[in-house]
Amino acid sequence: MKVWIPTPLRSYTRSAEVDADGATLAELLADLDRRYPGMRFRMIDEQDCLRRHMRIFINGEEVRELDAALAPNAEVHIVQALSGG
Amino acid sequence: MKRRNRTTRKRARAVAGTVRKRRGVRQHGITLLIGTRKGAWIYRSDSSRRQWRVDGPHFLGHIANHLVLDPRDRRTLLLAARTGHLGPTVFRSTDLGKTWKEASHPPAFPKVAEGEKGRVVDHVFWLTPGHPSQPGVWYAGTSPQGLFRSENHGDSWEPVPGLNDHPQYRLWMGGEQDGTPDGPKLHSIIVDPRDPAHLYLGMSSGGVHESLNAGRDWRTLINGLEVVPGVDASNVAAHDPHCVRLCPNNPDRLYQQNHCGIYRIDRPSNEWTRIGKSMPTTVGDIGFPLVLHPRDPDTLWVFPMDGTDVWPRTSPGGKPAAYVTRNGGKTWKRLDFGLPHAQAWLTVKRQAMAGDQHDPVGLYFGTTSGDVWASRDEGAKWHCIARHLPHIYAVEVADLTA
Repeated sequence: MKVWIPTPLRSYTRSAEVDADGATLAELLADLDRRYPGMRFRMIDEQDCLRRHMRIFINGEEVRELDAALAPNAEVHIVQALSGG
Repeated sequence: MKRRNRTTRKRARAVAGTVRKRRGVRQHGITLLIGTRKGAWIYRSDSSRRQWRVDGPHFLGHIANHLVLDPRDRRTLLLAARTGHLGPTVFRSTDLGKTWKEASHPPAFPKVAEGEKGRVVDHVFWLTPGHPSQPGVWYAGTSPQGLFRSENHGDSWEPVPGLNDHPQYRLWMGGEQDGTPDGPKLHSIIVDPRDPAHLYLGMSSGGVHESLNAGRDWRTLINGLEVVPGVDASNVAAHDPHCVRLCPNNPDRLYQQNHCGIYRIDRPSNEWTRIGKSMPTTVGDIGFPLVLHPRDPDTLWVFPMDGTDVWPRTSPGGKPAAYVTRNGGKTWKRLDFGLPHAQAWLTVKRQAMAGDQHDPVGLYFGTTSGDVWASRDEGAKWHCIARHLPHIYAVEVADLTA
């Protein structure tokens, strides 16, 4: 499926849009980390929670739970929230 | 004009106290490693330390808490970084900043069981290279407070459970609201140059602690330290060591800039002595950084800040100055020649002042308003070598020579 990458994470992907696979958000993030090592920990903390200023949208719906299911043709947007100056 | 310059130089030397003559050895250029709220910079000087070249920004926009050289290979740099959006990490360069690679496993607390509240590293605050006999070993201090260790040159990091899971940990660091405004910090990780298993560290807040077995067990080292009035000094959480340093040529002596004064301890004593009481009362002995002389255990420099009223943490009276003692804290001298004389409300953070190995020693400090000041003569005269950098968090001297 297609995953849109915000600018803070493009030092990993070198691209605004990448392909990755997974039946759940957790699997998708694991696949992204395999392809782009280190990327997951910058988004997800050691307790498996989305970091404070990161957001993930699946087909336009915000999702915070990593066990959220993903359809094979889902569109995933990773978004940077506001984080101040 | 010439006479005035000579008089000026003479006066500056007198103010600085005794400055030994150069020994005639070849002096090398200095490399300054500067971490800021918006990236890292490297400044390199010529051998006279008069001309500076800028290399940077590195990681523009990243919050660079600490940039440190590995003194064992003099090639490796470690950078503690995060951004407003992205989690904390460590970057490593093995070619003095030409190229960088991210740690494969940055410092992180263990994941806890479902339903429990686990700790999360917000930022890596402090980096300390390990003992010379243990190449590849590094220590990191984080916020919230945690101690981490790497055995592979900073590529992967493991928690040090002897501290992070110590039964007294919560008692030491207090509740969620304790610590500095930017989060409680574990800092001043010191490795005894005689013994890789002998460690010290500071917790803001949470006191000073010592381990004799490489971090498995810890004992508190707070005797003699004062706390704010009305608080029980036996409460470890009430102690806020801002910066602790060990004398390079006398490892039994440590100095400390604390929330409540400047202190010295001479081991094996467990009692700190407040040596800041001899500072002028209008200035006080509150501040954050502390720089020790590389060869003289009686000489150190501090940069006092206003710790009165609401704790502005700016230069007292808007008149910035370093202070030096050359007798272990019995007396202090003001060093402000070249610094602004009025309306200069500088703040210098605990990692943002450093000294080099030259003779006379060069001193450097960075301000939260983004200026870097330097002295080639142990503080006798100051000059600004960089302006308009972002908020400076850390200034380290990288000694690239043997």
